[in-house]
Amino acid sequence: MDKEKIVVLGLKAWFDEKQALHGINIRIKEKKATAVIGPSGCGKSTFIRCLNRMHEAIPGARAAGRILVDGQDIFGPEVDPVLVRRQIGMVFQKPTPFPTMSIYENVIAGLKLNGLKGKELLDEAAEQSLRRAALWHEVKDDLKKPGIGLSGGQQQRLCIARALAVKPEVLLLDEPCSALDPISTGKIEELIHELKNSITIVIVTHNMQQAARVADETGFFLLGELIEFGGTKGIFTTPRDKRTEDYITGRFG
Amino acid sequence: MSIIKRNKGDVWFKTTALLLAASIPFIFLLLFLLLIWQSRLSLRTFGIGFIFNSGWDPVRDQYGALPFIYGTFVSSILALIIAVPLGLGCAIYLAEVSQSRFKEWLATMVDLLAAIPSVVYGLWGLAVITPIFGLSMMSAGVLLAIMILPTITSVSREVLQAVPLSLRESARALGATKWETIKLSVLPPAASGIIGSTILGLGRAVGETMAVTMVIGNRPEISGSLMAPAYSLSAVLANEFAEASSNMNFSVMVEIALILLAFTVLINGVAKLLVWKIIGHNRIH
Amino acid sequence: MENNWSQSYSLRKAKDKIFLAAVSLAALFAVLPLIALLLFVVFKGAGSLNWQFFVNLPRPVGEAGGGMANAIVGTMAIVGLASMFSLPIGIFGGLWLAEWGKGKRGFFIRYAVDVMSGFPTIIFGIFSYMLLVLTLKRFSALAGGFALGLIMIPYITKTTEEMIKMVPRTLKESALALGVPEWKVMLSVVLRTAWNGIFTGVMLAVARAAGETAPLLFTAFNNNYWNFRLDQPTASMTVQIYNYAISPFSEWNNLAWAGSMVLVGLILFVTVTVRKYSKRINYG
Repeated sequence: MDKEKIVVLGLKAWFDEKQALHGINIRIKEKKATAVIGPSGCGKSTFIRCLNRMHEAIPGARAAGRILVDGQDIFGPEVDPVLVRRQIGMVFQKPTPFPTMSIYENVIAGLKLNGLKGKELLDEAAEQSLRRAALWHEVKDDLKKPGIGLSGGQQQRLCIARALAVKPEVLLLDEPCSALDPISTGKIEELIHELKNSITIVIVTHNMQQAARVADETGFFLLGELIEFGGTKGIFTTPRDKRTEDYITGRFG
Repeated sequence: MSIIKRNKGDVWFKTTALLLAASIPFIFLLLFLLLIWQSRLSLRTFGIGFIFNSGWDPVRDQYGALPFIYGTFVSSILALIIAVPLGLGCAIYLAEVSQSRFKEWLATMVDLLAAIPSVVYGLWGLAVITPIFGLSMMSAGVLLAIMILPTITSVSREVLQAVPLSLRESARALGATKWETIKLSVLPPAASGIIGSTILGLGRAVGETMAVTMVIGNRPEISGSLMAPAYSLSAVLANEFAEASSNMNFSVMVEIALILLAFTVLINGVAKLLVWKIIGHNRIH
Repeated sequence: MENNWSQSYSLRKAKDKIFLAAVSLAALFAVLPLIALLLFVVFKGAGSLNWQFFVNLPRPVGEAGGGMANAIVGTMAIVGLASMFSLPIGIFGGLWLAEWGKGKRGFFIRYAVDVMSGFPTIIFGIFSYMLLVLTLKRFSALAGGFALGLIMIPYITKTTEEMIKMVPRTLKESALALGVPEWKVMLSVVLRTAWNGIFTGVMLAVARAAGETAPLLFTAFNNNYWNFRLDQPTASMTVQIYNYAISPFSEWNNLAWAGSMVLVGLILFVTVTVRKYSKRINYG
């Protein structure tokens, strides 16, 4: 039995008065890749944004329920969302390198803003993170160049490197390939395979083939509810719910 | 790693930013209250008659703001009469007619007019305009016209550019000439914005101080002739505010400032309502 | 029938021609004053501008070699004070409006900023006089700086708000997702990204403030000598130009032209440079 890294109990979320999630229960296993699929507007993005309390960064957004990470409730009254996010990193749909920073500065941005000092330490962290994001060989001679000068796929791997630099235990990927070409997408999928040896990965995708390729387990969301959750193979070959079957066979969404 | 710790930095930061932001309306209110407070003596003594009375003799404590109000409005309206046709024509030329590269240069030149200090306009007015019209209402009007030209031109131009292209194209497709196109399908939807730009120009003219002070002649009389010297609200403040000899004199000066402020706020408010309808709120002017 | 058509068409064509001529003429007339003004400033100014202008103090009528050295330094001091006062309020005010200013409080503050930006500038001089000159019982650079700062605040606030709103939300979120506290995200990512645009607005505000006369008349007042104390009457280029311009002496008038040339040159230089620069702003 694998260890459970994140346990979500009765998670509800709202944007102002509009409810986006209606009581989600899910158990995410450590050092596995978990995919979240569903049609647009089903709440899958809202769901993973709750996992590191990014949801509440949107004005008017709130959430209720329990999310236990290693048994500790991240919605607890004494919890600082900043520290949650340091443990649970996130990469977004559109690559977002900081435009005023070089490649090197981008990678170490999280460390530096959190007060880490010492050139050797930072250099080492930068190289290690870029290697883990499979970007080191492409950029090692251009570290001083601006991050926005890279190609889209490289920018996204730079963002992954930046997220890895703060040594999170969980990495959330919110449709990380939707703005990328197939070759860059392939590279990121390979990367996910590599990374799940060391950290837990949750990926939101609208691309079912991608979920089938990278995820160990998959959850299907519809209208703010988790319809079905289980081993990826099972979901795609023998879905238990009629609605899941309709979705994966392309009958709606 | 623990996730439990209160982060005080954010609260501090947000509070500091809010306090600094809130200092703006605070200053705004303080300014109004201080003006009202310091003009209380004049407000109480003269009441509403102050703005209809034209006697002005500080030595005998006789005060009436009418000559200044008259001067301010006549010079400003004179400025509008000259600047609106020119500014609107220039805006139409820039937005609708010109295709040349010269156009960007022209637009920049007109905008640069707005960057030149008022006192330099005044100096130039003394060298070029007063030799023609003397120290008079007319000189002030002409100089103000030049000063508000950039405002009218650039706001009208933005308003014209906000009119959808499809309106022009449908008129052109019917075989309308350029003039007919503009008359029939561009000017009507832009009308309220153009009026807004005119009123914005009026607001600027009313508040303008140094250049007017230097060429208007500074005589507190209401004369039928535009060639006669006159006085304006802003000019009397520039000349006499610091020289107020008695409490009453000072209080009267502050009330004049209050009247000037009330006029400009009112005028700008109306203008912005008209312009915002067309080009949206957040613009820097 | 056909004849009628062509006749009316030629009439329409003629009207069109008149219209085109009229607007082209209007455009020409709109730039003429600027050209005339610049020519005057350059020719009259260059005639009386020399090195003494930059190093000497004002001198009495009849004595050659008077300059505006103290006024140049005074303008810098007053504008410097104005910036120190208005930058924190403008930048943090704009930041607050962009990030948290959606509600009623934001509306109220934005409204005040907007109305204030249309005030006649002499009003700020009067306000500063009542607040600082009457309490300190003397004219001072401080009072002048306060008045000019009030003029700069609406400009800086509006520019900052707009520039920060242009920074993509996703950028801020990616920084938050690294576990960085919000205030650090604001300073090191959001403000830093918007900085070029904000800087442009600040420079335009500075150029505008440096050209103001009316708010200084009864705040900084004037001074014919060197003064390095901020609580004393201080000369400024604009007030000096004003005094020289309305004086009956032609040598003083000439000094006013020389001063105008320096001032206009500086202001146009800043305005043109900043405009060119701001066209290249890119948020990635």
